[in-house]
Amino acid sequence: MPTITTLHDAVAEHVHDGDTVALEGFTHLIPVAAGHEIIRQRRRDLRLVRMTPDIVYDQMIGAGAATSLVFSWGGNPGVGSLHRFREAIEKGYPHPLSIEEHSHGGMAVRYSAGASGLPFGVLRGYTGTDLPRYTDSISTVQCPFTGESLAAVSALNPDVGIIHAQQADRDGNIGLWGIQGVQKEAVLASRRSIVTVEEVVDTFDSRVRVVLPSWVISAIAVVPRGAHPSYAHGYYERDNVYYREWDEISRDHDRFNEWLEQHVYDTEDFAQHLAMTPHVAGV
Amino acid sequence: MVTQLDFDTDLTFTADEMMTIVASRELSDGDVVFVGIGIPSTAANLARRTHAPNVVLVYESGTIGTKPTRPPLSIGDGELAETADAVVSVSEIFSYWLQGGRIDIGFLGAAQLDRWGNLNTTVVGDYDHPTVRLPGAGGAPEIAFNARKTMIVLRQNPRAFVDRLDFISSVGHYEGHGSRRALGAAGSGPSIIITDIGVLRPDVTTHELVLVSLHPGRTIDEALNGTGWALRVSDELTTTEPPTASELAALRELSSS
Repeated sequence: MPTITTLHDAVAEHVHDGDTVALEGFTHLIPVAAGHEIIRQRRRDLRLVRMTPDIVYDQMIGAGAATSLVFSWGGNPGVGSLHRFREAIEKGYPHPLSIEEHSHGGMAVRYSAGASGLPFGVLRGYTGTDLPRYTDSISTVQCPFTGESLAAVSALNPDVGIIHAQQADRDGNIGLWGIQGVQKEAVLASRRSIVTVEEVVDTFDSRVRVVLPSWVISAIAVVPRGAHPSYAHGYYERDNVYYREWDEISRDHDRFNEWLEQHVYDTEDFAQHLAMTPHVAGV
Repeated sequence: MVTQLDFDTDLTFTADEMMTIVASRELSDGDVVFVGIGIPSTAANLARRTHAPNVVLVYESGTIGTKPTRPPLSIGDGELAETADAVVSVSEIFSYWLQGGRIDIGFLGAAQLDRWGNLNTTVVGDYDHPTVRLPGAGGAPEIAFNARKTMIVLRQNPRAFVDRLDFISSVGHYEGHGSRRALGAAGSGPSIIITDIGVLRPDVTTHELVLVSLHPGRTIDEALNGTGWALRVSDELTTTEPPTASELAALRELSSS
């Protein structure tokens, strides 16, 4: 059974230096507060996994928490580049970042294989692209029935899977709805899991579509607005202004480092960071 | 920059509007279209509001048959989920729906495109020491491989229309001459490339992209100068039909909503 605890204690117990850590949430329910807490506790040498590294991974990479990244699309959606991600890859700042690059379809298959207890997954794709040339976890396999050559990708089994959901019930079951991404696969593929939630409820909202039972979750922490600047369907909207502002904050690493001190290292928790973010405060 | 083009009609339109309207016209009623944000999304929504009310919109966030009232800002906007016939996981959208052959048309963009319609969204320069690190492949390789056909929207200039890609992220007609089929690709590849200057389509035999249409006011020289290889021009080059008053009105109403 999961403990309902603080995010500080959940990260302290379950995320260790050198771990493979997956924070998932596809445009919706991105576990940003958990990313901040990992930075705040100064975890190092992480192998970060995420289909769409966006602002939260830009922050973690810029803070020097990661030495490698497994991903399929890294950008600031609707805005442009991730500047900390780019500076790490192009210039090795704050230190070099090795990458293991896939397509979305490949990443989804890797999580499914991991959740299914298989060593690899199969898909039709990658041939003709340059991705297999640079990514060791892409190979080919021959179908034993038809002889067709198919792409094979190794399974992903993170040490820790971290997601954000709308609700937990008092028994520690997790309920979420709206766009569901690969959260279920990421949790089931991981050895341990942390879920941040908007609130704990007596009974789930009728809109809940995905339920992860308590016994597959390691720890739960209540973090209202913990997915900001992404959104939580039924709770708050995506903060499009923040995505645009991040472009300015992250463009120069001195400005980013200043932000990092003020908003992460000098704060106790995510609520303090939100309170300092002008257009969010008082919402 | 968006240029204002002024012609002998009372209709003034931007290059983006021309591209969106050409893309919209390519869609037929009932088509199942896999779209991304920007011109593809706007074009598909325009088609749904005009000549193709039964176009089915699918976004890679897992929303199927979604009917947004305004162009979404991200593929994961809440309205896409609220107005969808079904919301499925990302694993399912790529396996059952895209790889399963349920998508008629995939819309794609890129940083670079070559004469075969292959796309680069990964790096400019060397992979290990890139000059510019781009976002990466995302869902485009699967869309390019598995949709029955693809449509590409891309502004035409020598930085984008290159002789040789720095990296192939998504396969178009590969090396031409039917080589795509030998890769085992399910779909037939790019059927149209819509630029700010005109329209390119693959040659039926070689599959090399050919300029088949120029938008009103644009010239062959502009198309040639905007292309990093010796662009072939069709013997039957036409002028793109300009946007009609009703197309422009519908597009502007959509964009302002």
